[in-house]
Amino acid sequence: MNTMRLDSRRDFFKQCLTCAAVLHTQGGMSLFAAGQQGAAPSKSKVVIARDPLLRGQGATVDSRRMGSLLDRAMQALFDRDRPIEAWKRLVQPGEKVGLKVNTLGGRGISSNLQLVEAICEQLQEAGIKAGDIVVWDRDSGELEHAGFHVSTERDRVQCIGTDRVDYEEALVAHGSVGSRLSKILTQRTNVLINVPVLKDHDGAGVTIAMKNMYGVIHNPNKYHPNGCNPYIADLNMLPEIRTRMRLTICDATTAMYEGGPGFKPEHSWKCNALLVSQDPVALDYTGWQIIEHKRAEMGLKTLEAEDRSPHYIATAADQEHRLGTNDPKRIATVEV
Amino acid sequence: MACELDSLEDERPAIRGGSSPLDRRSFMKCALGSGAALGLTGFARSAAGTPSLSGDQKQDDTRFIVEAKFYQKQQNQKIKCKLCPRECMVGDKERGYCGVRENRGGTYYSLVHSRVCAAHVDPVEKKPLFHYLPGTIAFSVATAGCNVNCKFCQNWDISQSRPEQIQADYAPPQRIAALAKQYGCPTIAYTYSEPVVFSEFLMDTADAGHEAGISSIVVSNGYMQEEALKTAYGKMDAVKIDLKAFSDSYYRNVVTGQLKPVLDSLVTLKKMGKWTEIVYLVVPGLNDGDAEFHGLASWIKTNLGADVPLHFTQFHPEYLLKNLPITPVPTLERAKAIADAEGLHYVYIGNVPGHPAQNTYCPKCRRMLVERVGFTASKILIRKDSCPFCQHPIPGVWHT
Repeated sequence: MNTMRLDSRRDFFKQCLTCAAVLHTQGGMSLFAAGQQGAAPSKSKVVIARDPLLRGQGATVDSRRMGSLLDRAMQALFDRDRPIEAWKRLVQPGEKVGLKVNTLGGRGISSNLQLVEAICEQLQEAGIKAGDIVVWDRDSGELEHAGFHVSTERDRVQCIGTDRVDYEEALVAHGSVGSRLSKILTQRTNVLINVPVLKDHDGAGVTIAMKNMYGVIHNPNKYHPNGCNPYIADLNMLPEIRTRMRLTICDATTAMYEGGPGFKPEHSWKCNALLVSQDPVALDYTGWQIIEHKRAEMGLKTLEAEDRSPHYIATAADQEHRLGTNDPKRIATVEV
Repeated sequence: MACELDSLEDERPAIRGGSSPLDRRSFMKCALGSGAALGLTGFARSAAGTPSLSGDQKQDDTRFIVEAKFYQKQQNQKIKCKLCPRECMVGDKERGYCGVRENRGGTYYSLVHSRVCAAHVDPVEKKPLFHYLPGTIAFSVATAGCNVNCKFCQNWDISQSRPEQIQADYAPPQRIAALAKQYGCPTIAYTYSEPVVFSEFLMDTADAGHEAGISSIVVSNGYMQEEALKTAYGKMDAVKIDLKAFSDSYYRNVVTGQLKPVLDSLVTLKKMGKWTEIVYLVVPGLNDGDAEFHGLASWIKTNLGADVPLHFTQFHPEYLLKNLPITPVPTLERAKAIADAEGLHYVYIGNVPGHPAQNTYCPKCRRMLVERVGFTASKILIRKDSCPFCQHPIPGVWHT
């Protein structure tokens, strides 16, 4: 389990420890995994980086400001003075890095292109060769529809869907469902950076970091019953995913509080933020609270009241899975 | 992609099978052989589960997409599927549990109409249907997808995949009917994966077949809502239902479904007057208890009658149950003995070549009426739907 200690060395990072404590009174307590309570006092850091001027005066995200926002987030997460130092803590030259984006929502709400470009630049600054970086999702058509240029040119950043590469023949399973994994994950990467979006989900309640792994398998439809629980947690337990996962950079430039996962402009808002963490459970818990906060602001019922609370988050934190923590007392939320 | 169905040869394909149990390997071998004989090489590849390898082979999906039947529109562009008891609530851009039906902007679509990933000529005994036109062949087709996830599935590479992951050919209903006729098949069979999920294609093909004088049979799990069952399987001339166990816990844990809706379907089929046979795959240690066999046979006799054929078939380790052994033949014989004692008239043992319980015997005089060697009916003595020795009526569909 990747957890970060709360020993921030930098005064200008506003640490909102109280934020999570306040938010959890909205209904999160019932979802705590019993096994996490009373455990070691280490905390998972979730950085929320915001820039109200991310889009300047227009609708398009400004590349320069996005780069700066990512830098701030990474520096805060790794407690480093310079972004390159943070990235060098994350990856080593020679590693093959996959950026698993989410492009289901088309142009309206997919992993932001400028964000992905900024990540690729930083990875190369940290010594990763361009040809050793692959931006991927399940389908090339969806990637292109979201604005990505599918490319497999050697010595350049790769961008491709699993439909072009196929799934492994062998089945893997944790729990009751067997799946075939994308060969992009298994054969082209040894490091995974998850780049999901922040969305409401009609079944799971929310879709953020952990559910983005549904795009890694050939049969995500078999993982949807019972609010995707325990399937999301089970899937993230697969060694092929767990051993590669280093970081989640959730794109919350545009987010959705209702009507997901398909893009519904009437239920989206310009959140202009990134959520960054090495603990996917803590990140999903934090993202869920942001969505609940927005729902309350818009006069909507809580997800629990709609009987679609994201129970999978507690499952991911339980004794069987231990993928991270969903206990707000053990989550250090840092706003920058 | 060129439709290889357009270049069929006139040669009647050799009928395979019969000499070995229907495990996945032999199924695939048979499928590949039949496919080659038919010239359906595209189908044969897909039956072996080889997905498309590059974007260059990407299929034109639009011709396979039709609006689904059996669903209700909901708020926020969601839909509720009314095809099977699962009643998936599917959000925009999402698919149901089956993986072959997708919500696009609040309208639900089948992605597998005419999207045939396996097509072969099989003996009807291979389905198995023993009381339906014995000794004839069926033009057998499948698409990707299934509405359950049996841990023992022999065809999981097509049933548990999404359609775009499996190579398929465009084969519209009229083409299937024409091919069945061309190959001397009195019947089209919907089989291999789970026909529930391609109901729209099944119905249209059954209509096309009937117009051409070709019957239709379906091999199904019966996990279906009543209205859908009546509408879709109302077009069938015979039905084989896989009753996978007689306990709800098995259905929950091994099948990912429920028992009761399947029992309800069997009762509905009985009321509809559809010729129905039941297969029960006996999995060692999971559904092979005496009490379960007793319960099963008793329920069938009470609710469907003693004349419904019941096939106890041998399990072979596959998919997610590779750790279990092959069903011992004495276990199958014990199951048959219990069902016989319960009063069922036609209890068979399947996937055990040469076993005498593959033959049909008159329940009155006990003389053999149909002798089977593997999947071939080598002797058929039934005359005028009756035993030629004692004139006892033998239920089934014996003539076209």
